[in-house]
Amino acid sequence: MASGVAQLFTAVGEIVYLTRGSIRELFKAPFEWRLVTTQINLGGFDSWSITVLAAGFTGMVLSLQFAIGLEPFGASMYTGKLVSLGIVRELGPVLTALLVGGRVGSGYTAEIGSMNVTEQVDAIRALGADPVRKLVMPRVLAMTIALPLLTILADVIGCLGGLCITVLEVGVTMTFVFDQMVHTLGIVDLLHGISKGVIFGYLIGIIGCWNGLKTFGGTEGVGIATTRTVVYISVAILVSDFALTRIFLAIYG
Amino acid sequence: MAEPIIQFQGVSKSFGDKSVYADLNLGIERGETLTIIGGSGVGKSVCLKMLIGLMRPDSGNIRAFGESVADLDEKGLLHLRSRIAMLFQGAALFDSMSVEENIKYPLIEHNWGTPGEMDKRVEAVLEMVDMPGIQKLKPAELSGGMKKRVGLARSIAIEPEVILYDEPTTGLDPVNVRRINGLILSLQERLGVTSVVVTHDMDTVFTITDRLALVYKQGIAFVGTPDEARAHDLRYLTEFIKGGRGTLSEDL
Repeated sequence: MASGVAQLFTAVGEIVYLTRGSIRELFKAPFEWRLVTTQINLGGFDSWSITVLAAGFTGMVLSLQFAIGLEPFGASMYTGKLVSLGIVRELGPVLTALLVGGRVGSGYTAEIGSMNVTEQVDAIRALGADPVRKLVMPRVLAMTIALPLLTILADVIGCLGGLCITVLEVGVTMTFVFDQMVHTLGIVDLLHGISKGVIFGYLIGIIGCWNGLKTFGGTEGVGIATTRTVVYISVAILVSDFALTRIFLAIYG
Repeated sequence: MAEPIIQFQGVSKSFGDKSVYADLNLGIERGETLTIIGGSGVGKSVCLKMLIGLMRPDSGNIRAFGESVADLDEKGLLHLRSRIAMLFQGAALFDSMSVEENIKYPLIEHNWGTPGEMDKRVEAVLEMVDMPGIQKLKPAELSGGMKKRVGLARSIAIEPEVILYDEPTTGLDPVNVRRINGLILSLQERLGVTSVVVTHDMDTVFTITDRLALVYKQGIAFVGTPDEARAHDLRYLTEFIKGGRGTLSEDL
């Protein structure tokens, strides 16, 4: 137990240290544009399909459940309202982060971890460059930019999925549900979800890279580190989601 | 003999509770080829990595070109790494980049010259390692020996004064071993570089060495020319030279 707590504090310390290094590299000229855009493309843009799939079906299944669940109370016409709130505040950012985290975060660990065990990370330093600048900063920044954008995509698709199923199940018109969603959602709800996206994106990037740089023990070590990353990222997202929601609700109600 | 350009002074290093070096003292002179031998896992590579600041010694001092490596700031380390290059054991080429991009990597980091000059330089160093015209290939398309040679080309691209070789011939077939040994020798002659070679291949040792150093019991047990080594009566060294590695008992 005591050693577990010590490990947690060590991990947090290392991550804070790595974050500080990445922020420092962010402001050092010349800015590594090409590395950052490559990572946005690989980790962000290429995640659009998984995001659309997850958000679309989540919106659909949510409205299915709400439509049936609200019926005994004669409130099924409010399905669209609940679905849009649930998607934009919670499920959009969290599901996107969990899926993209599993996809991209584990990829970061596998790539950097393999580079580490084959001495490529050492080679970067030996050739006069800095692994934090070349590997960590571009990935963390790319995810911090890409995940909120993917969250917006998830919001749109999730609401759209919910809208279609609500129309089919409850028998209201499309305009009715659309108007309801537009009136329900305020700028605060959107910001709530998108800021979660920013923080989850940072967590995915930094945990993926940090675990990659810590990898040792050949290909077996890469496998272990990669699995661990998926667990760490999922836990970090779920726990921080609760904390963030508490904070946002305290501020905006 | 002139003042050594690299000096290990009372260096100690341990990983967890495993002590690798307790009191390492070694001087390397300009222009010589020094090989460091010793059994597997005694930390021969560690001393190369400490020398270019990839690892820090726990105590003691490493001096390179008159400066203490531990005291160097980021700029100082960058400058040091333009003077001392390292060839890693697995060549450590960047998989995501072509041969050309790999070789240009240090050139770009050290602001070596214009893009045109860099292209010429890449061509020239590939020529030096007998692999002209492979700029566009990816590391995955190369054999083990070819990777080592490209790694060597990348190391010499910025014209270092010292080249560190970490097990340059391990895992290669006899033809490639001879080829790499030949390259180390010819670079030595053509560029006048100082070479530090970590190896446990005795053929390599006797082909290229001016002096050899034996790592044993957390320090350097012997330093001298191959002839002196043969005449020396340290049993561990004698067995090593005869090629009895792996069967040695630790309590010699």
